[in-house]
Order: sequence, then structure tokens, then C-alpha cells
Amino acid sequence: MNFSVIPISYYLVLSAVLFGLGMVAFVFKRNIITIFMAIELMLNAVNLAFVAFARAHNQLDGLVFVFFVIVVAAAEAAVGLAIVISVYVNRQTLNIERINLLKF
Amino acid sequence: MTALAYLTWFERKVVAHIQSRWGPYYVGAHGLLQPLADGVKFLFKEDVTPPMADKFVYILAPFMALALALTAIALIPFGPPTLVWAGQPIFVIANVSISLVFLFAITSIGVYGVALAGWSSNSKYPLLGGVRSSAQMISYEVSMTLSVVGVLLLTSSFGFNDIIAKQGGSIRHWNVWPQIVGFLCYLTAAVAETNRVPFDLPEAETELVAGFHTEYSSFKFAMFFMAEYANMITVSCLATILFFGGWQSPFPDTWTWQNYLPSAGLLLLGAYCAYDTIVYMKGIARIQLTVVTLGAFGSGVLCLIPAIHPYIIGVFWFVAKLLVFMFFYVIVRGTLPRFRYDQLMSFGWKFLLPVSLANLVITALVIILRHG
Amino acid sequence: MISLPFILFFLLAALAVGAAIVLIVAREPIHSALSLILVMISLAVLYLLLGAEFISAVQIIVYAGAVMVLFVFVIMLLNAGVEERTDFSKLAKWVGPVLAFFMIVELGVWFSRSAIGRTVANGPDSGTAASTIDLSKMIFQQYLLPFEATSILILIAIIGALVLAKKGE
Repeated sequence: MNFSVIPISYYLVLSAVLFGLGMVAFVFKRNIITIFMAIELMLNAVNLAFVAFARAHNQLDGLVFVFFVIVVAAAEAAVGLAIVISVYVNRQTLNIERINLLKF
Repeated sequence: MTALAYLTWFERKVVAHIQSRWGPYYVGAHGLLQPLADGVKFLFKEDVTPPMADKFVYILAPFMALALALTAIALIPFGPPTLVWAGQPIFVIANVSISLVFLFAITSIGVYGVALAGWSSNSKYPLLGGVRSSAQMISYEVSMTLSVVGVLLLTSSFGFNDIIAKQGGSIRHWNVWPQIVGFLCYLTAAVAETNRVPFDLPEAETELVAGFHTEYSSFKFAMFFMAEYANMITVSCLATILFFGGWQSPFPDTWTWQNYLPSAGLLLLGAYCAYDTIVYMKGIARIQLTVVTLGAFGSGVLCLIPAIHPYIIGVFWFVAKLLVFMFFYVIVRGTLPRFRYDQLMSFGWKFLLPVSLANLVITALVIILRHG
Repeated sequence: MISLPFILFFLLAALAVGAAIVLIVAREPIHSALSLILVMISLAVLYLLLGAEFISAVQIIVYAGAVMVLFVFVIMLLNAGVEERTDFSKLAKWVGPVLAFFMIVELGVWFSRSAIGRTVANGPDSGTAASTIDLSKMIFQQYLLPFEATSILILIAIIGALVLAKKGE
């Protein structure tokens, strides 16, 4: 192992690990807000993969995409949390196993 | 950190003078040892932790606030970056090409110190104070960032050194003249961002007990205090760099007599302290003031040496401008009444944000029309 | 000889993975939020290592400094309590993480064996940092349509959040 350089694959493996952990958190947690945070973790892992590839191909398109992903994730988080707040106001719980009726 | 402690002395003195009283005068000559007494008091006070508070977050919050505030100072250039020692510029700790964006990034994370402090104290008043304070901080952060973009349009670079270099020459070239609206917006937003009067409802003494740091005692409280002053210093440094030319002097470089200004100032200070020592003070205060006098005279004589001039001049002007801003902060504190919270938020969103946006649009228009 | 980027990379990678694990096992949502902030900050420093300085700053300002503040506010306001024990199938509890582990390992192996994966990111000749000027030129010239579309998207998001907040009253 050459200790003075870092191949891109290291970053990609890290991205894969973070994505997998986000997936595990998404499936196994019960609090809506924690599930949302797992979604953000997955988006961050994907961003890391994009930036790594942008570096690998020495082009800036990957960075532009990361920029847009961050912006869209922010908008999605805002609306999603507004939905979470209205769900809480109506059902008084944040446990997704209790919010399982489409019509109250 | 010592500067932070002496800022408290400075503030109490000026506020007291505004209110026609003397302020700290007893401890040490002119109250100069007051911060020392305060520090000792803070160290010896009992460290109380509220029960059922989230221990980890409770301890994390003040550390985070202080660490972030001190990190921001690492990006600030106090002098010309060309003066190097062993290959590294002396007056800047972190010389990056996108300093401005990073400074704003550090300010953004500073919101957490306040919010988490309010949350972890597990009691009503800190929680309310913390939420209000962090909502205020993120609201005014938008206006603060937008009001600075006008300067960026003029400079087309994010780095502090480029922004300062663009304002080279003399006082006519400073960014405050073309960007006066931006400067005023920035100043207002900065005062609101650092939770100072007139925007300090979340931590006011007469309102919600003491706001988000009610439940903090002794050293953690001191850390919040220091973080607030460090934030004040950071935004003032940013104002000097962006609008007032940073470490450059207001006179053109051809006027060489200005190199002797630091020594003149220090010798005058020494003379005033000597007069005070001989005429007024008695006892221990006399000894302390003698030390200050000798220090002032010594450094004043040292600054007369021409070899030291390039090193001293930058720092001198930077500190002078910084002191003007600190003075302004403290005068505003002593003079203006407090905003109510809804007035505060509507002012931030309905007035300051449109004005910053308008400043940005007009600056962009003028630049396009000028350069074809 | 171990170079500084190498040590830094492994430190940050360990920090990010550790914080992600804390996100999974934490019992209070506020601790999960704090660990997610830590993940985002360590990823921002990783972006710096990859030469994307502007994206790193944007990540901290927008993601760690605004989106996560929103999360923390909602957690504080709704007083999201401790996670309860769930009672779904035992099979999923044991098979799930194993399958996820296999997926991660497979992705990892595939990445490290690919040709693009061998490209060196932080060696002596791996290109310079991405300049902000070039990045902004690309956003405003080539990708102008997505830029305008995202601004409309943000406007829709603001209006949507306001409507949802008003309906709750």
C-alpha cells in the first residue's frame, strides 16, 4: 500500500459505507425525524461520490451537480419538516408505526 | 483571550461614562485589574448542573460556542501577508483564497452553541431564550451575507488579501464609499447576529431571567461571555477588512511621517499614565500604573526604529479601526433601548433583507453599465 | 512514508462512519442530529481534500448551518422523546443489517477494482483545486436552466412550508 497517495476508490468506498449506514438507519428507526436525517445522510454520501468523480475526471460538472443536490435537499427538508409538524399536530406522535392510517 | 477579558473592562467603563458614572475604578488603577478579579470570581463559583439536563449537550454547548468564535479569528489578516517568517506570513494564521465564505460558514455553525445551550438546560426560560436567539441569528445571517456581496462584486475574489489589496491607496479607495448602504446593512445585521443591544432580547437581564444561559454557572457562563465578545471582535474585523481597508492606513503611502504615528500614540499614552501616577494615585495603584507607564514608554521608543515600521504599521491601523468599532458597539449598548422580539424579526425580514437585495441589484447594475 | 492527506483522510473517514453509527444507535433524536452535523462537517473537510473548496463552504453554510438548524429546531419544538422499542419481525432485525453489509462490501469491491477507482486523488500530480470562478461560469452558462428551475423549486418549497404551517393553526 502506497502511503503517500489516496486513490479515488477510497472515497467511493467511504461513500458506499455511509450510504449503507443511512439505509440501515432509514429502515430500522421509528422516529420520523430520525428517518429524515437518514435520508440526508444518504444524500451526503451521494454528494461525496459526485465530488470524488469530479476530481477523478478533472471536470467541474460533478461539483455543479453537488451544488444542485444540496439546494434541492434543503428545499425538500423544509417541506418535509413542515409535513412532519402537521402530522404531529394531528396525531400527537412521531412514531411511524402509529401513523399508519391514511384517513384519520 | 486577554483581549476578551479587557473588553469587559472597556465596555463597563464606557457604558458607565455614558451613564454619568465612573464604572470600575476601585480594583487596580482605573479599574484595570477588574477583569482579573472577575476571572478569579468565575473560577471559584460553584459549578451547578441542572438535574435531568442532557449532560453531554450541556457541556458541549459553551465549548462549541467559544471554539467556533476563536477559530474565526484565525482567518483574519492583521497585517500585510507579504511579511513572512520562515516562509509563512506572520499576521495571518490561515491564508486561504476563500476566507470570506469560510468565515460565514463558521458563523453559521455558531447558531448551534446558543440553540443547544437553551435545549440542554431542561427548563422553560433557557429553551425559549435559546430558540428565539437562534431564530434571530439565522434570520440576520441572510441579510449579513447579502450585504457583503456588493463588496464581492467590486472585488471579484473571496480572499481577504485580495479585498484589502483592492482598497489600496488611501481613504478615497475604501469600499465604504461606494457601498455605504451595504455597510450600514452589514453593521445592523452584525449587531443583531452577535445578540447585542438593541437586539439582545434573548439574553436580556430584565426579560427572560437571563435567557439561554440562565442555568450556566462559573466557567461555562464565562465561556459564553467570551464567545460573545469574540464574535463581536470577529464581525468588527470583518467590517474593517471589507469596508475600511483592513490593515492599510487612510493616508497615502507617500506621506512617510505616518510611520511615526504608533510611537507618538504610545508615548502620549505613557505621558498620560506618568501624569496620573505622579499626581493622583496612591499605594498599590501607583505601582501598577508605573508599570503601565514604563511599558508604554518602552514600546513607544521601540516603534521609533525604522526597521520595525513595516511590522507595526499594519497592526496599528487594524487595531485602531477595530477599537473604533468596539467603541461604536459599546456606545450603542449604552444608548439604545431594546427591540421587542416581533419587531426584531419583522425588521430583519421585511426591511433589512429587501434593502440588502436592492443594494446588491443596484451595485450589479452600476458595474455592468460602467464596464459596458 | 505516510503523508498528511492520508492520515487526514482516515481520521475523517473514521469520524464520519463513527458519527453515522451513533446516528443509528442513539436513543434521543437530538444526539442523532448532532452526529449528523458531525458527518456533514467531516464530509466538508473531505471535499477540501478533494479540491472542491467552494462546495465545502456551501456544504457547511447550507447543509450544516441551515438545514440541520431546521432539524434541531423541529426536534426542540416537538420535544421528540426517546425512541421506543419496536416489535417488528425478528427476521428483519437480523437479516437486514447482514444484507446491507453485503451490499456495502460488494459496492466497495466493485469501486476499488474499477479503472476510475485507481485514479489518484491526492498524489503529487492530481490537478489543482477547483476554482470558484470556473464553477460559477459553468453554473451560469451551461447549467443556467437547472439553476432557474431550482430557484422556482425553492420558491415552491417556501410557499408549501408556509401553507402547511398555516393550516396547522
